[in-house]
Amino acid sequence: MIVASSADSSPWHFWAYFLDHRHEDLGWLWDHVWLSALPVVIGLAISLPLGYLARRYRWVYPPMLSITGLLYTIPSIALFVIVPPLFGLKSLDPLQVPIALTVYSVALLVRVVADGLASVPDDVLQSATAMGFGRVRRLVSVELPIAVPVIAAGLRVAMVSNVSLVAVAGTIGMNNLGRLFDQGIQLSTPTAYYPPIVLGIVLCVLLATVFDVVIVLANRAATPWRRAVAAR
Amino acid sequence: MIRFESVSKVYPDGTKAVDELSLVAPSRQITVLVGPSGCGKTTSLRMINRMIEPTGGRIFIDDRDTSTESPTSLRRGIGYVIQHAGLFPHRTIVDNVATVPYLLGQDKKQARKRALELFELVGLPANFAKRYPAQLSGGQQQRVGVARALAADPPVMLMDEPFSAVDPVVRAQLQQEFLRLQGDLGKTIVFVTHDIDEAIKLGDQVAVLRVGGRLAQIATPAELLSSPADPFVAGFVGRDRGYRALGFASAGRLPVSDEPTVRLGSDLSQAKDRARDGWVLVVDDNNAPVGWLAVDRVPDDALTGQVTPELVNLGGTLAKEDGTLREALDSALSSPSGRGVVVDGDGRLLGTITAAEVLERIEQHAAASRTAGAQGGRAAS
Ligand SMILES: Nc1ncnc2c1ncn2[C@@H]1O[C@H](COP(=O)(O)OP(=O)(O)OP(=O)(O)O)[C@@H](O)[C@H]1O
Ligand SMILES: [Mg+2]
Repeated sequence: MIVASSADSSPWHFWAYFLDHRHEDLGWLWDHVWLSALPVVIGLAISLPLGYLARRYRWVYPPMLSITGLLYTIPSIALFVIVPPLFGLKSLDPLQVPIALTVYSVALLVRVVADGLASVPDDVLQSATAMGFGRVRRLVSVELPIAVPVIAAGLRVAMVSNVSLVAVAGTIGMNNLGRLFDQGIQLSTPTAYYPPIVLGIVLCVLLATVFDVVIVLANRAATPWRRAVAAR
Repeated sequence: MIRFESVSKVYPDGTKAVDELSLVAPSRQITVLVGPSGCGKTTSLRMINRMIEPTGGRIFIDDRDTSTESPTSLRRGIGYVIQHAGLFPHRTIVDNVATVPYLLGQDKKQARKRALELFELVGLPANFAKRYPAQLSGGQQQRVGVARALAADPPVMLMDEPFSAVDPVVRAQLQQEFLRLQGDLGKTIVFVTHDIDEAIKLGDQVAVLRVGGRLAQIATPAELLSSPADPFVAGFVGRDRGYRALGFASAGRLPVSDEPTVRLGSDLSQAKDRARDGWVLVVDDNNAPVGWLAVDRVPDDALTGQVTPELVNLGGTLAKEDGTLREALDSALSSPSGRGVVVDGDGRLLGTITAAEVLERIEQHAAASRTAGAQGGRAAS
């Protein structure tokens, strides 16, 4: 049982609360970082070939869109709970959350990758083929670089939504910033006690912002041609 | 040389795009495929580099059956230019031009150097090298497209309506430069267009296709204009083909008359004395024509002055001494004085000629080819 050592329950005392529990809170922050980032990275790796297939064989695209859309409508709590039996894990296995979030990321990113590849102008594809690019080479050195802006936009959405979904997993007892909300609720009897809840919100927002900035900067670095054109 | 041997293409949906096409595109010449929209021009072109596989027949390049080669290595040896250039938006212009050398595994530095040489050849400023395609105009992008196709020095070039997305002025300029370039490089070119004027201007030979992908006629531009094979070709070649055919008829030695002239800077009084029908031809120090001066229209307060460029009418085209009948007629018709100016190879004045005199020439030319045609007809029967 956690004790509210800073007696003041004003929401603005979250910083004092953080200083009192910083060892534990920083550990949760780190858990939160990898729990939200890793599924996006794995999800992208899975989505690239799937998105490519949806582009190459056009008939794959509509059913794929329906399936991924349906996956996304499963409530996150339900998905967390159903993952262990489906994948043969025990409850509260450390892989439970990453697997569930990878499913969400794939649901989001397959479409993003397919749309990104579709954003490559047809005459560019034709001329690449005409000059003698093989299929793989064309994908790697022409299509993907041109699709980067669309894919990066999708990654931003996936990343931010993962940060908030991980917090939900905290409320079923997995270690991450979501535990702060759990604590806040426990400490709120008989009277409301806000500092851990506000701290959780602040750290989640900060984390999401940092991820977002990293993706935006990486996108800029990978697409110098777009800046050159914008600056014209 | 590119040879089509009864090549057909039926698309999976049953569309017959090309039907038993047989033709030869000779080495170092421009063969133009022309025809109405949907007649199978692009399909025919793309079967050469196997972007589309024929459903029947065979295509040879210099007696090598293209179907026996790997498509990628075949394509790296064939330059390809399309309508909107299709440049890579994420690569700089110099890297775009060096694309095929990179693919062939050439040294990066060497490939860039070669690309920069091509800049000059196609008329691109060297400082475009580090720009991206979106920072160029459509006409400039098209030049980059041509440079890119030439980068690995392929003997064969395929061009699919390369100049049709730019405005008429730029198009005429690109066509002119293209002919100059081809004069230097001598590639084997198959060029697709739906514009009969472009076909006639650029082609060493022109193949007219009809919808359904059947060859209607293949001939030199002059032949196509003077003896279309059937009503379809006649209709496609167009109404003023008699006039356009003059563009292929050599004017020979034109019967020019001497024309009195004044030099720029000489006294206007001299101009008044030498004018015929109110017009006098102004030349520069090298005896090259500058334009016509209407002596009656010189303002009174300028009458005591000199012949200045501002007073000269620049209307009127020049005909070269060994040019075509079309040029000669145009020079007479466009001249404000009614007298067409004829110059020698260095641009110096030879004399003038009237439209009536050119028409007489045209009559003689037409009579000569009628006789030749009649004899040819007898020989054939
Ligand atoms: N992938 C395809 N599947 C089915 N039919 C096709 C396909 N590509 C082209 N066609 C059809 O084949 C015919 C020839 O097409 P093609 O593109 O070669 O015409 P084109 O002469 O280049 O016309 P344009 O001047 O309009 O470019 C057309 O009727 C077209 O609709
Ligand atoms: Mg076409």
